Amino acid sequence: MSASFLPTGVEYIRLLPEIILAIFGTVVMMASPLRPKESRNFLYAITLVGLAAALWAAIAAYASPGTAFQDMVIVDGFGTFFRVLVIGVGILTILISHQYLARERAEPGEYYSLLLLSILGQCVMVTANELIMLFIGLEVSSIASYVMAGYLRNDQRNNESALKYFLLGSFATAFLLYGVAWIYGITGTTNLAEVRAALLTPGLAPAGMLASAAAALMFIGFAFKVSAAPFHVWAPDVYQGAPTPVAAFLSAGPKAAAFAILLRVYATAFEPLADRWEPVLWLSALLTMVIGNFAALTQTNIKRLLAYSSVAHAGYVMVAVTTNTELGTAAAMFYLASYAFMNIGAFAVVAHISRQGEKYVQIQDLAGLGVRQPLTAALLSVFMLSLIGVPLTAGFFGKFYIFKAALDANLVWLTVLGLLNSAVAAYYYLRVIVVMYMQEPVESTDSLPPLPTGLKATLWGAAAGTFLLGIFPSLVLDFAGRSAALVK
Amino acid sequence: MDAILFLIFATIAVLCAINLVVQKHPISSALSLIGVMASLAVLYLLLGGEFLAAVQLIVYAGAIMVLFVFVIMLLNAGAERRSNRSLMATLFGVPLLAAFLALVAYVIQRGLPPTEGVYFGGFTQGTPRAIGRVLFTQYLLPFEVTSVLILIAIIGAVVLARKEI
Repeated sequence: MSASFLPTGVEYIRLLPEIILAIFGTVVMMASPLRPKESRNFLYAITLVGLAAALWAAIAAYASPGTAFQDMVIVDGFGTFFRVLVIGVGILTILISHQYLARERAEPGEYYSLLLLSILGQCVMVTANELIMLFIGLEVSSIASYVMAGYLRNDQRNNESALKYFLLGSFATAFLLYGVAWIYGITGTTNLAEVRAALLTPGLAPAGMLASAAAALMFIGFAFKVSAAPFHVWAPDVYQGAPTPVAAFLSAGPKAAAFAILLRVYATAFEPLADRWEPVLWLSALLTMVIGNFAALTQTNIKRLLAYSSVAHAGYVMVAVTTNTELGTAAAMFYLASYAFMNIGAFAVVAHISRQGEKYVQIQDLAGLGVRQPLTAALLSVFMLSLIGVPLTAGFFGKFYIFKAALDANLVWLTVLGLLNSAVAAYYYLRVIVVMYMQEPVESTDSLPPLPTGLKATLWGAAAGTFLLGIFPSLVLDFAGRSAALVK
Repeated sequence: MDAILFLIFATIAVLCAINLVVQKHPISSALSLIGVMASLAVLYLLLGGEFLAAVQLIVYAGAIMVLFVFVIMLLNAGAERRSNRSLMATLFGVPLLAAFLALVAYVIQRGLPPTEGVYFGGFTQGTPRAIGRVLFTQYLLPFEVTSVLILIAIIGAVVLARKEI
């Protein structure tokens, strides 16, 4: 009996990205005190090497797909796609953070360590095949993000952000865990495929109501993590207060991972209950789009603007989840990848403009950027245009595939309202561009230092990704389409 | 007999939990929490989870509660001050909570198939030996990943609480 429980070599390979991230996360933390404070740049290099190794391992693990460790995790195309996505988000975040931490005179060691471990949690989440595993991955990712949101602890805005995120996040996670407990009580298992099988068993009809209630409880937890209405209220406050690189990370990495588990759980385990949860998701998608876009119209703080925009974009992805088709899943995957590029790019520019202590975070502080730093302004314009969804950028195809999938699934009203919403969104993104190009330079832009190298690399990388996905969407979409058929 | 014991301790748990929220002084709340934890331990024992019951008492009612009380004493926390609550919370909080609980009760009442009760001694897989076996075979990976979670909690505590960075 005991021998069959020993993990085989191939199971370790399937788990290799997580193992590498854990090792590097620990090494960065331990190596930090070895050198004096001024010469800790090597930590940056170690972290990048670790993320590159994890990226390689995530791709290598896909060569032998399957489950590992008693069906706890499953390496499939879907999981691999999101693993690569969250690790890529991690690399871009590190490139922004390096300069930022030096500027704010913050200790880099623990920051990098927390970032690596948070990505580990997200990798566990997206490959989890089991509700317990999924929950632990979510907690690893979330708790690391709570700390990172308050990393500059002498800044009151950071404290406020971390506290709000922690309290509301723990509350939402409790609902998720309560739902998981119900599912275990009803079906006697936490394995996604077995939950599905149990829900399909005839004669379970009265328990169908219980299972729907459990799905609703779990939806509260997931909706909080993806900042979908009506559980989005934390997002603007947390993104505004957190250090800008952390806000960039939160809006791309953990959000993508949370969408991955939402898709996986609702498209596999809860698929038999689709009639009951589809209306809930429909309403949530609509509310998220409307609230996000209309609240963004009146913002004057650029980080808050991007936070509400991130809520609105969560709404578009929710439309794709609502379709409950493979086409919709593929569209959501594509959208999350393109959103990661454009949004991290936008936050990277904000990190540069804001200067030490994040003094300049108003939209007005961007006035005249087009004159003073044409390159920075041009790159920010690219990201803004992509967030609007202008053709030739990734945002266009992202929206196009989502609304196409929605039309195919007969969600005509949701599509119409979603398209109207993206028209509204154009206003507040264009306003940023107008301020940059049509107004006289102000103090903030006059004294702006040139772009540092790491930031420049991030911006070019993000812009290249935005254009690449906008001109050759099939590069990513083909893979997404192939891996959207989840194991049921 | 089992049903009576269950009812007694379930009632104590619920009453202590309500008291925990209602009390103004943090020490009173902490003491109510001990009541909740201890009665939960008895409920675990009734279900046959003897290891879980012992751990519940030692870790929660023992170690964690001592820590709570220490922190409350160290911070010298007095009775809670009433802050200006939002109108929304006052108007909708209690009715919505009552509605939620009623809904949960209704769903459980209607949804659960009428099965026979669980009796003390009916389930024998709650021993340390049985739990150790599943923890290190079937649930090995969650067990290991939890250690990462604890590592993050330690790093986080150091980062946020250390005197100088």
